[in-house]
Amino acid sequence: MSYDLAVVGAGPAGLTAARVAAKRGLRVALIDAYARTGGQFLRGAAQPRLTGVDVKLGQRVWAVERSSGGFEIHASTTTTAAILLVATGAHDKVIPFPGWDLPGVLTAGGAQALVKGERIRPGAEMVVAGTGPFLLPVAVTLLEAGVRVKEVLEANRPAPRMAAALARIPSKAAEALGYARRLAEARVPYRTGHAVVAAHGEDSVEGVTVARLTPGWRPYAWRTVDCDTVAVGYGFTPQVDLPLQLGCALTGDHVVTDDRQRTSVEGVLAAGEVTGVAGAPSAVVEGALAVHSLVGEPPPRLLAEKARLRRFARALDLSYPVRDGWRDWLTPDTVVCRCEEVTLRAIDEARDLGAHDPRTLKLLARPGMGWCQGRMCGHAVARLTGHEPAPQKRPFAQPITLADLTLHDREDNA
Amino acid sequence: MIEFRFEGRAIAAEEGQSIGAALHAAGIRSWRTTRFGGRPRGLFCAIGACFDCLLTVNGAPDQRACQTVARAGDEVGP
Repeated sequence: MSYDLAVVGAGPAGLTAARVAAKRGLRVALIDAYARTGGQFLRGAAQPRLTGVDVKLGQRVWAVERSSGGFEIHASTTTTAAILLVATGAHDKVIPFPGWDLPGVLTAGGAQALVKGERIRPGAEMVVAGTGPFLLPVAVTLLEAGVRVKEVLEANRPAPRMAAALARIPSKAAEALGYARRLAEARVPYRTGHAVVAAHGEDSVEGVTVARLTPGWRPYAWRTVDCDTVAVGYGFTPQVDLPLQLGCALTGDHVVTDDRQRTSVEGVLAAGEVTGVAGAPSAVVEGALAVHSLVGEPPPRLLAEKARLRRFARALDLSYPVRDGWRDWLTPDTVVCRCEEVTLRAIDEARDLGAHDPRTLKLLARPGMGWCQGRMCGHAVARLTGHEPAPQKRPFAQPITLADLTLHDREDNA
Repeated sequence: MIEFRFEGRAIAAEEGQSIGAALHAAGIRSWRTTRFGGRPRGLFCAIGACFDCLLTVNGAPDQRACQTVARAGDEVGP
């Protein structure tokens, strides 16, 4: 059966879109890689009732193609639909540091997912570090799970711009204050201009080195903190593999859409973090807008709400950049690419041989050639060659087995 | 609660929990070593993006521990 609308990604944007579309009488498929709906943000939430939606879980979409009637979405089965909505979200942006490949170092989003989605305590004593407002809810989530959070380290020094942006959105300001109060009650220090610049341990984390940072993130004044687990996050990277496969226009790290979530490619919509990281409330609004763009005029209220949340996201983005000084945290032995175990030394050697851009570097020294397809090291590798990180084209959005491919062929020939 | 086996050891998991989370909660923080350096690996991104947490489930290799829901009687190893 062919659907009117296929939604890839069952997070806040995708769930909203699927629900609204079904209510409007569209035939909708909602596809997600995980076994439950909710995406990263709603991971632990109760499974919503999705009347009239064909929910396809455990389906890892590895490619999308144009077909005569619209689009073919390939996972372990193939779904066809006239319109495609990409709501694939984002993953944590991480930067390397000595020891970041030790078990016990987790991404901030991962630490939160382990509490909210998996109901486990990720560690006994933890340090939370990185940049961006997301560190605060992560720290509070960990506290509530019974973790002893020793410190929260914000590498930037949030600018007056941030305070101004918060002042314009009272709900966000109240949320931020609530987190700050929880941390203060638990006597957890929140230090700006600090970072975890190394993790130590034999087979698992036993402690970290914390440094003060210059405004450009060069470290000085080091000390060690004992802990068994670290959560690090330096913002998020939108997962744009599917729109890139279809040739959708991008700006920076995200997909360009108009105010009704239409990408540059006819029939392809995008909503949520994939159109620029802005958080769950924004994703919900955009999921609804995407459907309105199919069935009529979007309500002005939704358009205004989207514009307001996007402005806020832009202020955040400008307040919490990744600054170049992190390179000074690395030693020659620091692993930069976790999959292929490429050290900074190997990268420097390749650069000496003439690899001055990420692609040549990848061919010569292999960073980004492994399982994760450069999702973890891509940002760092681009920066190390003096380039702006750019989304990489992945003909296969996920590693798949040859069996998956042959099955796909059989379906085609049937 | 259900139970699966990791290298012969019984591991408890909640219904719907991933193998990776259950191992991590049981204090098992690494379940494979890297090809070149022999370094330990376990959970890192915990959302299916980094592929650090690969393991073998009932003979099927290269499964992401964080994305594979534990089932009673699963045999899990590196």
